[in-house]
Amino acid sequence: MTMKTENGVAVPAPTVTRRAVQLPQRSALLSRAGWSVFVIAMLLVCVLAPLLNLVVPEGSALHLSDYAVALLGKIMCYAILALAMDLIWGYTGILSLGHGLFFALGGYVMGMYLMRQIGREGNYKSDLPDFMVFLDWKELPWHWALSDSFVATLLLVVLVPGLIAFVFGFFAFRSRIKGVYFSIITQAMTFAAMLLFFRNETGFGGNNGFTDFKRILGIAIATPGMRMFLFVLTGCTLLGFFLLARALVRAKFGRVLQAIRDGESRVMFCGYSPVGYKLAIWTISAMMCGVAGALYVPQVGIINPGEMSPANSIEIAIWAAVGGRASLVGPIVGAFVVNGAKSWLTVAYPEFWLYFLGALFIAVTLFLPNGIVGLARRWKRDGP
Amino acid sequence: MTPDLLDEGAQRREQWQAALASGRTESGGRQAGFSRIAMPDGEVDVTHGRILYLEDVSVSFDGFKAINQLSLDIAPGELRCIIGPNGAGKTTMMDIITGKTRPDTGTVFFGSTIDLLRYNEPQIAQLGIGRKFQKPTVFEQLTVFENLELALKMDKRVQASLLFRLDSAQADRLAELLHTIHLADDVNRLAGNLSHGQKQWLEIGMLLVQEPRLLLLDEPVAGMTDEETERTAELFLSLKGKHSLMVVEHDMSFIRTISEIVTVLCDGAVLAQGTLDQVQADDRVIEVYLGR
Repeated sequence: MTMKTENGVAVPAPTVTRRAVQLPQRSALLSRAGWSVFVIAMLLVCVLAPLLNLVVPEGSALHLSDYAVALLGKIMCYAILALAMDLIWGYTGILSLGHGLFFALGGYVMGMYLMRQIGREGNYKSDLPDFMVFLDWKELPWHWALSDSFVATLLLVVLVPGLIAFVFGFFAFRSRIKGVYFSIITQAMTFAAMLLFFRNETGFGGNNGFTDFKRILGIAIATPGMRMFLFVLTGCTLLGFFLLARALVRAKFGRVLQAIRDGESRVMFCGYSPVGYKLAIWTISAMMCGVAGALYVPQVGIINPGEMSPANSIEIAIWAAVGGRASLVGPIVGAFVVNGAKSWLTVAYPEFWLYFLGALFIAVTLFLPNGIVGLARRWKRDGP
Repeated sequence: MTPDLLDEGAQRREQWQAALASGRTESGGRQAGFSRIAMPDGEVDVTHGRILYLEDVSVSFDGFKAINQLSLDIAPGELRCIIGPNGAGKTTMMDIITGKTRPDTGTVFFGSTIDLLRYNEPQIAQLGIGRKFQKPTVFEQLTVFENLELALKMDKRVQASLLFRLDSAQADRLAELLHTIHLADDVNRLAGNLSHGQKQWLEIGMLLVQEPRLLLLDEPVAGMTDEETERTAELFLSLKGKHSLMVVEHDMSFIRTISEIVTVLCDGAVLAQGTLDQVQADDRVIEVYLGR
């Protein structure tokens, strides 16, 4: 197309080009700053903590006490739980009050292996764990068959919670059980499992559970070196799971999960079947809990049905809420803050701990819907 | 399968067999379709000139007949407007077509071969029926771009979503569509921060990227400014022919702009059908809906 100017010379008309739309780029797994923090966290866990605990002499101000190592190791297990809870609650909008069950199942699988590792050094000098001798059992029940193999234990730590979550989730999600009903059913499931594990004839040591562990892979468990190794392993697992969770929520899969949280029927009319998505993230979340349980038991040296009590599962939700849902760093921060406060308060003012926890939950719900991380983000944007 | 679904299925089977025994089926008791060319699975058969059939559909909620012996059909490429007073069953009809509500009796076919009652919501969406809700429902915590990307026609199973990367053809398609719905400047905005009219547009855009054969639009211009309404009318007219559209609206001037045939629903059944002028002249329509 051409246009005539006043003096009759034809010039090309300005072509009307539609401005190209700048579609957003796929975001990186972690930002540059994110990777820096990640590497620092890695160094803290793998280098600094072992140095301060094992090399720096005990009298020094920089020495990291064995108590602190045990406490931090435990809290890192809790942080894995909070991360798993965030995937299913923060991102998918399904509040599970049964995550304590998956945690305890992972712990029990590891506990069974550790019981077998005691060998003949128990009080009764028998091949069987002490509680079985006490019950006058002559041989191991069937479900202990694989408990002397470490490899099988590692697999079962993931598979047992995973399978139970899968079967439960399949029926619950297919029947479109949602919201508070789902929470109540998971809570009931956990409570039923706790009652089952309390019984002696189930073969899980009744209300005493498993304790008095001696070795893991034939190596003594109560040495500073082994404790530190478990600590580092827990830290690396937490960081690894963080990357896994980040990869999951960064993929389109993660955006479908958020869409399910915000408008499930819209998702269905977009052609997605939510059942598969919910089931996938629910099962992954349960498996993460199993791993956390398996790391927890050798560090604290005991597992009993108390871990399945409803209050424990609710606490996991509180950690995630305090830290900030739907941000992967939030639940980890929440687990550290709440458990840090717990270990201090239960010593200083033991009778106030539960009041504090309840007040904290109410305060966060009312004033900090996006938790600590949400507050930090708002300050960064608007100034305090 | 829940027990009531099983019961409903058994009921339908009984009705079918009773009809078969007395020879009162459409094909006179014979098994129909011996000479039909085999269609690929999921392909919509519109050789009979109809893309959607509803026949004798009834549904009641707690004794209230929301849909009462409703029969309706739509041609491929048609733009059909549906009007009717509140409670006439317009939204319930859309619920039935998209699989959200199961009718007590009746048949619903997409093309001549696809029995929609055998599919659930995601499957029906995959077959090519898109739906816009009365209240704009977009994913508020996601950006405009992410909303559209989710709706894009593609493999929507879990594994595919884990590995999905937008290819250049899909990116071009999204860029094109962002212009069509006038949201090109808002690609990275959270959908929750859009104006009401923009949300309506975004939802229409999410429908279009699904590439549906049939679009069901429940009050698409509610809450839009006059200018936005005008643009929407243009858009719908440009879609006509390529897609079939069923538009439920109360805005008469909007309907006048876009309509060919208008169907008036009342008490769950078709009251009148024809051009807008014809139905507006109909005494019964004036009585129940337009008012004297």
